[in-house]
Amino acid sequence: MQSLTGKLSLIVLCVAACAGSALSADEQPLRTSPEVGRHGGRLVVSQRAEPKTLNPVTAVDSASRDVIRRMSADLIHINRQSFQTEAALAESWTATPDGRSYTLRLRRGLKFSDGKPFDADDVVFSFQVYLDEKVHSPQRDLLVVGEKPIAVTKLDSYTVRFEFSKPYAAAERLFDSVAMLPRHLLEPAYKEGKIAQAWGLSTAAEKMAGMGPFRLKQYVPGERITLERNPYYWKVDQKGQHLPYLDEVTFLFVPSDDAQVLRFQSGESDVISRLSAENYAVLARDQQARGYTLHDLGAGLEYNFLFFNLNDDTAGRLPEVERKQAWFRDIRFRQAVSAALDREAIVRLVFQGRATPLWGPVTPGNRLWVDTALSKPPPSIAHARELLKSAGFSWKGDTLVDGSDRPVEFTIITSASNNQRRQMATIVQEDLRKLGIEVQVVPLEFRAYVDRMMQTHDYDAAIMAIQSGDVDPTSDMNVWISNGGTHVWHLGENKPATPWEVEIDRLMQEQLITLDYKQRKRIFDQMQEIVAEQLPIICLVSPNILVGAKNRLENFRPSILDHYTLSNVEELFWRQK
Amino acid sequence: MSRDRKMWAIAAGLVALHAAALFAGFLAPYDFATQNRSLAFVPPPRLRFVDNAGRVRLRPFVYGPRLHQGSFTEYEEDRSREFPLRFFVLGEPYKIFGVWNARLHLFGIDEPGRILLMGSDGFGRDLFSRLLYGSRISLFAGLLAAVLSLGIGLFLGAFSGFYGGWQDDAIMRVSEVFLALPWVYLLLALRAFLPLRLNPAGAFFLLIGVIGFVGWARPARLVRGVVLSARERAFVLAARGFGASGPYLLRRHALPQTFGILLTQAALLVPQYILAEVTLSFLGLGVAEPVPSWGNMLAELQQYHVLASYWWMLLPGFALVPVFLGYYALANLLHERVKFVVP
Repeated sequence: MQSLTGKLSLIVLCVAACAGSALSADEQPLRTSPEVGRHGGRLVVSQRAEPKTLNPVTAVDSASRDVIRRMSADLIHINRQSFQTEAALAESWTATPDGRSYTLRLRRGLKFSDGKPFDADDVVFSFQVYLDEKVHSPQRDLLVVGEKPIAVTKLDSYTVRFEFSKPYAAAERLFDSVAMLPRHLLEPAYKEGKIAQAWGLSTAAEKMAGMGPFRLKQYVPGERITLERNPYYWKVDQKGQHLPYLDEVTFLFVPSDDAQVLRFQSGESDVISRLSAENYAVLARDQQARGYTLHDLGAGLEYNFLFFNLNDDTAGRLPEVERKQAWFRDIRFRQAVSAALDREAIVRLVFQGRATPLWGPVTPGNRLWVDTALSKPPPSIAHARELLKSAGFSWKGDTLVDGSDRPVEFTIITSASNNQRRQMATIVQEDLRKLGIEVQVVPLEFRAYVDRMMQTHDYDAAIMAIQSGDVDPTSDMNVWISNGGTHVWHLGENKPATPWEVEIDRLMQEQLITLDYKQRKRIFDQMQEIVAEQLPIICLVSPNILVGAKNRLENFRPSILDHYTLSNVEELFWRQK
Repeated sequence: MSRDRKMWAIAAGLVALHAAALFAGFLAPYDFATQNRSLAFVPPPRLRFVDNAGRVRLRPFVYGPRLHQGSFTEYEEDRSREFPLRFFVLGEPYKIFGVWNARLHLFGIDEPGRILLMGSDGFGRDLFSRLLYGSRISLFAGLLAAVLSLGIGLFLGAFSGFYGGWQDDAIMRVSEVFLALPWVYLLLALRAFLPLRLNPAGAFFLLIGVIGFVGWARPARLVRGVVLSARERAFVLAARGFGASGPYLLRRHALPQTFGILLTQAALLVPQYILAEVTLSFLGLGVAEPVPSWGNMLAELQQYHVLASYWWMLLPGFALVPVFLGYYALANLLHERVKFVVP
């Protein structure tokens, strides 16, 4: 880990437009400055599922996106190491002071992977497709800011202007991972209204093209998909050699995590992402002998939490749940539960030390936005008991009883297929037993679990995890604003149910239009403090991002942002044996 | 050893196993739910008779575990203090048959040591204690469920085979439906209708009910076949000719012939049902944490790292071996005996 961070600090991406010897005079490639590598070789990675489509416009599942993103490129990119935006297909950009209009200048002389030129017409076409309501692209929601879609205008062949209906703090970040589409290939399908059906898995490789480092070579159903080097890729290294270095990237479809571990261990795959802490320990034992290295990147963006059912549509419909909600709605009860929980024990027992305890929803991995001033009290049964006493609870023997002498007991639902969350629930159960609360852990099949949480609201408490898509506060808007789709503890609120939810709504809306980072950080810190105090969700831990790669693979720079291991796939190369 | 004596020996062994399950509280040194968070995945200790100085001790002792530096799950022996094994010690409270409070345990060691005979699981709970407590659920759930499904199977199968006609058709068609249904999905649906909160006793009887009720079709069809052929045997026809009534024929001539089949089925079903509990626990229909059962203890092994790193977690699996062997051997001997008695 030490040597890895050392390496990272040396790597600075510079944006140079000078032409190298291997380039024609009118080309403006992006010059990168990692270690200069050599061409050749093949990278094999395993992934959980097969892609469902190769169409960047309609792909929703991560299996499809992971493959598509190796074949496509965006205008402005989020640097996976610094988390800041950087130039990509757009060589530079300017914004008006009110933050409502952005002018992007494109690199000149770039070509799609089929050799056809890329210019402003492709950009305008791409956004036209993404923003078209009839296409139902999942990207559309991101590109609609303040209820109005972004207006895209071509100024000349290499300049495009984007206008927002109101200032939007995360405007530059919107462009990340929005793939630029080849107008010459997709316009006919779009005009016929068949863009959603285009570029399926059966489409011939020569009918597809992108701006990414790789292009499709072969898809073998149920087994693998192979990508080959894009000879027209727009990045060069310090010596002027065209990237990517690798000739091929193969995605093997390996459905279970354990099977992926076995493949990596035996050397059949070269890189592994999303390792669990237990499997990390298993693989770490023979990393020297087998010639691979594992990396612990520290906390990722996932936060695991316990929350109580605070929905109000249970009234009259679910009397048992409604009765218990009188406890759950009392902030002192939630604080007592939080005070009793031993988060370090979860880190130790469930993650073998490879996780970070949390007292708020922003993980330390998100170093740009985490509020480091949040208090991190150690578990205290005494303090929890005081809180419960002040809330009118008392003890009969060992059992905690409420004001009307009823024993305090509730169930925690978790997903049966997730071992780690089941283990967390068992630890929570034991901790609360010390308070005299009898908790029953109910692992449910995934669909039944989601159904209870999101539809019927027939549950007492649940343990779940949310993985933020980006470091920016806007990425979790849905969780925090009171009418958000993932406002899990209380769904479908027409207006905020509590004064602190009013305040969270206000802060989240305010940060959305505040352009200054420091000011915005202050607002978001305030929001984190409210969550830590009111505890709509009781945050537990954030698992560390654990990855591994063969030692011979150079320029391997994993990131806690998606994709953990392949975000710089164009720079990877094999050291000579 | 004569066949009879062998049979009684095996039966006595099985009874002893079940008795051990009933007296789990006394035999186990600790409660099944007590977590000891600094002792996760501790391997079984070595019982020692020779101390550091080379002296031989009559009373065996163990050393406590100590974490390797920088590791969360690798231990070494802490040789600074010996913990001699003591018998009939007072320890964590438990209940005999769920009624009488008691604190006496068969063995234990002095605090702060913990005797983890079979090591500990990921929460630092004593695996040996959990295995004993778990056998209460697993052995009796398997046994009672087998009795239930054989009972239903015998009743419906004999009725169907002996009387035939439309009753036979109806029962056999229903049994085919039972054999063809995708049970896992139906049970998932069933779980959605049940209340989330099931106390361990409720879960135990639910387990028995579900397993026993799902499994009746196969024994019923086997019994029906035997009864059907018995009905047409010459001596049965002769008895009928002498005016024997239906229930008499069934009891005296047809049913005794099914005993062999039933015993074989029982021998197959009990172990099978002990394993069925694994699946049901996974679906949330079994007993829930922290109550142990062999099923949910074995379910831990579905994780590769547990299988690869902590061999003692496999021990509950080995506990199944004597149980299975005992049941199979008993069934075999009973089968031969029954064959010998029945003409």
